[in-house]
Amino acid sequence: MFSEKVTLVNPQGFHMRPASLLVGEVGKYDATVTIIRNGNSIPGNSLMGIMAAGIKCGEEIEIQAEGPQENEAGRAVADFIASGMGD
Amino acid sequence: MDLKGTGASAGIGIGRVVIVEEPTLDYVSRTVEDTAAETERLNAAIASYIDYTNGQAETMRETVGEKEAEILTGHIVMISDPYMQGEMVKLVEGGMCAEDALVQICEMFATMFEATGDELTMQRATDVRDVKTGVLAELMNKRPVDMGTLPLESIVVTHDLTPSMTAGIRPGAVAGVITETGGLTSHSAILARAMEIPAVLSVPGVCHKLADGDLVVVDGSAGTVVIDPAEDVLEQARADQAAFAAERAELAKFIGCRTTTASGENLELFANIGKPDDATQAMERDAEGIGLFRTEFLFMDSPTAPTEDEQFEAYKKVALICKNKPVIIRTLDIGGDKDVPYLGLDKEDNPFMGFRAIRYCLAREDLYRAQLRALLRASAFGEIRIMVPLVTCVDELTAVKDLIKRYMQEFDQEGIAYNPDIQVGVMIETPAAAVIADLLAEEADFFSIGTNDLTGYTMCADRGNDKVRYLYSTYNPAVLRSIRRVIEAGNEAGIMVGMCGEAAADPTLVPMWIAFGLGEYSVSATSVLATRKTISLWTKEEACEVADKVMQLKTASEVYEVLQESAR
Repeated sequence: MFSEKVTLVNPQGFHMRPASLLVGEVGKYDATVTIIRNGNSIPGNSLMGIMAAGIKCGEEIEIQAEGPQENEAGRAVADFIASGMGD
Repeated sequence: MDLKGTGASAGIGIGRVVIVEEPTLDYVSRTVEDTAAETERLNAAIASYIDYTNGQAETMRETVGEKEAEILTGHIVMISDPYMQGEMVKLVEGGMCAEDALVQICEMFATMFEATGDELTMQRATDVRDVKTGVLAELMNKRPVDMGTLPLESIVVTHDLTPSMTAGIRPGAVAGVITETGGLTSHSAILARAMEIPAVLSVPGVCHKLADGDLVVVDGSAGTVVIDPAEDVLEQARADQAAFAAERAELAKFIGCRTTTASGENLELFANIGKPDDATQAMERDAEGIGLFRTEFLFMDSPTAPTEDEQFEAYKKVALICKNKPVIIRTLDIGGDKDVPYLGLDKEDNPFMGFRAIRYCLAREDLYRAQLRALLRASAFGEIRIMVPLVTCVDELTAVKDLIKRYMQEFDQEGIAYNPDIQVGVMIETPAAAVIADLLAEEADFFSIGTNDLTGYTMCADRGNDKVRYLYSTYNPAVLRSIRRVIEAGNEAGIMVGMCGEAAADPTLVPMWIAFGLGEYSVSATSVLATRKTISLWTKEEACEVADKVMQLKTASEVYEVLQESAR
């Protein structure tokens, strides 16, 4: 299983645009991606779940990925979040 | 009988009333036995909703615009969430009916969105509820009203205009809109403005006060509705309508253009706002930034001092609405003329020359600290600039800059983001500031001339006083000389000089400002395009010719005459 901690850097956190881009990224791979935040799991393919969590800039979250493409998926998602998600 | 509401989309609409009622979506909760069939029913409703909404978005893209269509495609993205759908199915499998499962899960997400504290996500709660209504309508086989079948020149009277309702509107079919609810920034208002349909909102009980077929005149600028107008009223309305259409077409040419003189000088054209929401309209009207955001509303509408966090949210909101365009925010400008109990301001004999604005703020660092820190924090989200009001000496500006430096150090220790290069400027509105403009220019990052107060203080005339109001005029040589001095001092020091009083939009005075070298004009949102047009009509040379003539005149009435004559 892929697991890595990453810090949210875009100033506005997970609002609709970055959240949908992230979900799009997750959808490219054959893997189940989960975001762990304060012990709670948020499915990486759920736009609504990610937005509702209200994760803020500066927060550290953990990316987990499981499945045939877990390393590719986890790497891509973690890099995408660390890059500021285009904001 | 006439009706009054909020004029939310300018223009005159004349036509016959069509009452449009949304289908009621009441249902009776029940438990289900055949959960597989109920799941199928839910899935079918969602699929049908997506299909229908896709079509609506397609139509809307053509009839209204890309941005408005995105509201609807956003709804599709939301309901397509596999996790959200899964949660609904779980409830149905537990024996809940599809309606209840839908409502419960949508409300859960809407409530969570509202609790995030993030402005952008909080706004999405409305969208989640729109999705809920849409899917509910599918489950009950009651689609929203189709406005595609309205007769031409209809005046739509409804509780609330929703994106799904407006999607089917054909151009020309709707001459006006009247709603029971909604303000200037509601979906109804934004949609009406995008479609250029005159709209009067927030008319209580209007669905009952009007009946199908009533002839009405809707004035979306004044916010009035005339029912069954007399022939002369109707004639006037038709004339106003034609004049409005001609002016709109003329000004439309200036949308998306830079603000440029006829001789090619690029100038900046900003808008003045009083509330964060006003920024939306300013951007719609193509303002290139915000030249004056008055912060008093935060303090006036509140029983206690607004906290740093509350202020931060308000400033951040404007910064985000304006993307990376400049936003000049004026710190608290309040004095003994205003009754705000918690500020502890005494009644004074002469509040306009008393303990107010920066004088008060520097004496109340507890209060000012919250505002300056909120501004600095918000500066991480856009091009925020800080403007200090009522400055009369250099010490006041340096005192503010010292405070800002100190708060920046606090943030460095706290690890909070801010823009270290944030601009701090002066509102030039006192004769003292105008006289020492050269000294202030060494310390300030920009000037903005507040012509309303500068005129009053320079002429020593209160425009609210009938007996001396004749003196209150920017045409006075004393005021014009003062303004010229300020602009020259700023330009010499290489800082931006703007103007945020009413005079910035006055077509008779614009050539004077061009001649003096004014770089930024901040006007009301509704004057942005007209001012861009006025500026485009003058070359610098022509403006200088007028100004040379005017600056030799001795009286305000002579100045007025010459400027009136040469106005374009």
